[in-house]
Amino acid sequence: MSQYNITIEPFGESALILTWPNEVSESILHDIISFQNHLKTKLSSSWEFVPVYNSLTLINQFENFEFDKLKAKLLNWHQGGTQTQKATNYLWKFPVCYDEEFGLDFDRLEEQIGLNKEDIIHAHTSHEYTVYGIGFLPGFMYLGGVPKILETARLENPRLKVASGSVGLAGKQTGIYPAESPGGWNIIGRCPVPMFNLKLEEPCVVNVGDKVAFFSISKAEYDVHIIQAEVGILKPEKVSLDA
Amino acid sequence: MLKILKPGFYTTLQDKGRFGYRNMGVPVSGCMDAVAPEKCNLLLENSASAAVLEITMTGPTAEFEEPTFISLGGAKVEAFLNEESLELYKIYQVNKGDKISFGKLKLGFRNYLAVKGGFTTTKTLESVSQHHLITAEASIKANDEVPYNGNSDFSPKVSELRIEDYLNEVTLEVFKGPEFSLLSKKQKEQLLDSDFTVAKENNRMAYQLEETIEEHTHSILTSATLPGTIQLTPNGKLIVLMRDGQTTGGYPRILQLSEKAISVLAQKRAGNKVKLKLV
Repeated sequence: MSQYNITIEPFGESALILTWPNEVSESILHDIISFQNHLKTKLSSSWEFVPVYNSLTLINQFENFEFDKLKAKLLNWHQGGTQTQKATNYLWKFPVCYDEEFGLDFDRLEEQIGLNKEDIIHAHTSHEYTVYGIGFLPGFMYLGGVPKILETARLENPRLKVASGSVGLAGKQTGIYPAESPGGWNIIGRCPVPMFNLKLEEPCVVNVGDKVAFFSISKAEYDVHIIQAEVGILKPEKVSLDA
Repeated sequence: MLKILKPGFYTTLQDKGRFGYRNMGVPVSGCMDAVAPEKCNLLLENSASAAVLEITMTGPTAEFEEPTFISLGGAKVEAFLNEESLELYKIYQVNKGDKISFGKLKLGFRNYLAVKGGFTTTKTLESVSQHHLITAEASIKANDEVPYNGNSDFSPKVSELRIEDYLNEVTLEVFKGPEFSLLSKKQKEQLLDSDFTVAKENNRMAYQLEETIEEHTHSILTSATLPGTIQLTPNGKLIVLMRDGQTTGGYPRILQLSEKAISVLAQKRAGNKVKLKLV
């Protein structure tokens, strides 16, 4: 039996939203992911699942469903516990080049949080971050677990263009821009691994519930990785979290 | 192939969209107005998910390089096959070398061109719907050749359809969104008793509304959003996510448009009025 109470509400005509207690917690995330994996074995394959932070949204645009009946079933399954179906989660190790060419906001950050470039890189690379959601852009990860000393304010004037692969800090979050886009995060480096790659069978390798760590690479290594990525032989290192 | 001579203001290939990829942050996409292409595909006895051209505001000029049958739907527009004037929701036989062109837009904002069998462009993630982050090209360009299978042997069961007018509809039917209960009494009244104007910031991703409602300070954890989700920003602005809308967001989701209402709104342009009605 799950330790959490969930609420289930309709979300328009073809979706419903399951909500866990309103907090950012790994334990809640694990309950959500294992329940999602359990549901994948129970419900038809036309259901889509979007887990983010403390919610799981179920969408079905192909089949009609009766909300009340489905809600009762879902509550029953959730209460009954989800002993099986624990999908494997991974710790991903992503290289980041923190060179001045890519790390645009080190001076700003030093003024704001009092850490120099080396301190910031050290802090950023010595923590593991949890993937609480994927969204906003294809392959964009909402990463939690940023150390307090790296919590920063967003830029007052967002940039109109942030390059694809840029690694940023904002509030309690860090992350990688998977595509060029406007953005207000403090940019500290660039990751050569494409976060969303249509050449792969699974364009987004990371799943919600995985963890991410960063390690520092030189500009020369970055350049080599970019070439490897272009020809499709750049494989980021991953370690199973269940081992 | 359909050879594009002039692309028009903004023309894209669309089908019903991409399903099963939202967990990677991939927007659903698909025809903004789902009603019109469905009727055109029905007339042509195509599958409901057959790819069509979505034409925004100003139409393209294009030449058919194989014989086929076509049907137009959506916005009321002047359209021509060579010199012949085309009506909506009617089947026309097209010969090799015929040219389609568009004139003045009279009512609505988006027009759909369907061909017998649908356009056969290669799919990306199970859909041909063009999106700047997913497909090689974000929209149709001059000199593009959009493929379809030629057909000169089709006896349609029905040659034209009459459809219920929705282009003049101003009421958008909405459901309560996940954060509806955060709204104050005053905000609810403002939402449901006022007219709203479509802002100039409107595209396939989102439609903003000009009028604001009372500000708020609620913050929520980022969660899933859907096409048709109405988000409320802290300064009281309403943002209606559309077919290319992001899959997650951090603003309170106060209302959710019905499927029909998404199609109704998709035919509106800057300055048009809408009302929100809870069902």
